[in-house]
Amino acid sequence: MVNHDAPQVTPVSLTFTEELSRDIYLIGFKRNFQFKAGQVIGIAMEPYGSRRLYSICSGEQEEEVHILYKVVEEGYLTPQLSDLEAGDVIWITEPGGEFTGDREPAVWIATGTGIAPFYSMFRSGLAEQKTLILGNRYLEQFHFFEEFATQLGENYIRCCTAETDERVYPGRVTQFLEEQAELDPKLKYYLCGSAEMVVETRDILISKGIPFDRIISEIYF
Amino acid sequence: MQDKLFGKTLEELQAISLDLGLPSFTGRQLCEWLYQKDATSFEQMTNLSKKARALFSDHYDLGLQDPEDEQESVDGTKKYLFSSGGGKFIETAYIPEGKRNTVCVSSQVGCKMGCLFCMTGKQGFQGNLSAGEILNQYRSLPERKLLTNIVYMGMGEPLDNLSEVLKSLEIFTSTWGFSLSPRRITVSTIGITPAMLEFLNRSEAHLALSLHSPFEEERRKLMPVQQVYPLKEVLKEIRSWDFGRQRRVSFEYILFKDYNDSAAHVNELSRILHGIRCRINLIRFHPIPDTPLESPDEFAIQEFKNKLNAKGITAIVRASRGQDIWAACGLLSTKRLQKN
Repeated sequence: MVNHDAPQVTPVSLTFTEELSRDIYLIGFKRNFQFKAGQVIGIAMEPYGSRRLYSICSGEQEEEVHILYKVVEEGYLTPQLSDLEAGDVIWITEPGGEFTGDREPAVWIATGTGIAPFYSMFRSGLAEQKTLILGNRYLEQFHFFEEFATQLGENYIRCCTAETDERVYPGRVTQFLEEQAELDPKLKYYLCGSAEMVVETRDILISKGIPFDRIISEIYF
Repeated sequence: MQDKLFGKTLEELQAISLDLGLPSFTGRQLCEWLYQKDATSFEQMTNLSKKARALFSDHYDLGLQDPEDEQESVDGTKKYLFSSGGGKFIETAYIPEGKRNTVCVSSQVGCKMGCLFCMTGKQGFQGNLSAGEILNQYRSLPERKLLTNIVYMGMGEPLDNLSEVLKSLEIFTSTWGFSLSPRRITVSTIGITPAMLEFLNRSEAHLALSLHSPFEEERRKLMPVQQVYPLKEVLKEIRSWDFGRQRRVSFEYILFKDYNDSAAHVNELSRILHGIRCRINLIRFHPIPDTPLESPDEFAIQEFKNKLNAKGITAIVRASRGQDIWAACGLLSTKRLQKN
């Protein structure tokens, strides 16, 4: 008989916490497990506490595991996480999930903290032949900008809705995709973000001739 | 806005009574009026003192709500719209079928899961329903006295709103609540494993899992949840669970033409479900706007069912109901949302 109540979490001590931009935090802890770029882990404040899933936001071979999250005021976990400091303990599950990248040419599409799994893939050496289309409200929210811009060049497209800059597309990711005359149906399209963003983006891609089996989505819930 | 009493547990109603300076047993009296005697106003609660009725009336709303709109199909299926505030609506379906009369309740306004074949997902997610709003779909259904079964298969993913769904199940099945048998209730999920385990632990209602493909790679193109909670892990948990003789697990399988209706699918279903005492409910896909998926013909559906039966798997084809009234979940409320 399986013991369904057994805690499947282990404690880790935070090595740092940093507020990257307003309400967007990055936290880290020493890596003591293997994972595939794009996978998630469950995080809880206590061994039997309620868990929430977060994409790992660091490379497969890096010494530390990083987690990127946005504080949701009415949320259960993120307000508590944002109060933590280096040395505090959180409880994590084993990594899991199948939203993992490969070396095939692909388009990565994300909004907000949906960038996390793609940054993990990027840091794990999977950035070749990839285009990244990223949407945010403010310019300061384009974290890891230097790294993406240096390696991806023109294949790094920023869509910003609330601020303008000559180097960014002024509008939403979905608007940018709508305006594209042609999208390559042979590429894989990876989507990560809120349900609204994923569903809307998927509908646009399908309407532009991308077969639905070339679209791989991960939704934050 | 006043807090609502309908949808609160016995314990909560006792605490509210004590807070108002009333005896604790008033909580049990309230349960009887709310869940067993169909009270529609505080005035009807005649075994409560006048003072108690006045206090409740001053501080609380009863919390019952009639449907705002209704559509009836030629086959007797009815769809009701309940307002969830802010111009948004939830759908509740009444499905009569011989001696079985089922209400299909919603658990969320919209949905976060983004399944490719689902219209509700196109609304996005607008909020969780409270236990009271879930229960009200049963309580305020005009056909309520005819109902034999309750299924949580309306808008939303029930196990993404676990606490309110569990609370509603407690009120449905408790002797102080509606006193319904949990064997008349089925909760559907797309397979959020931790929540599914908690549901199995804390409720005795039946479980229905949305399967739709036995192949992991194929399923993840239909259902993003597969990325996080792979089918093999969900099935591992179901396989290890002791469902006993009375509790049932079933698998929902929407058939899509030339996508998940081949002999290979039958073989793989037989393999992955081996050893699980279960039933597969085959559902014809009702196309939604802009979908790349198609519906198979009747012959293909029957053929698929026969092949499953030949493999020793109990499979039934769910009759398509209410097609003339946009019965596929999410269609009607989306239409209303757009109109508003």
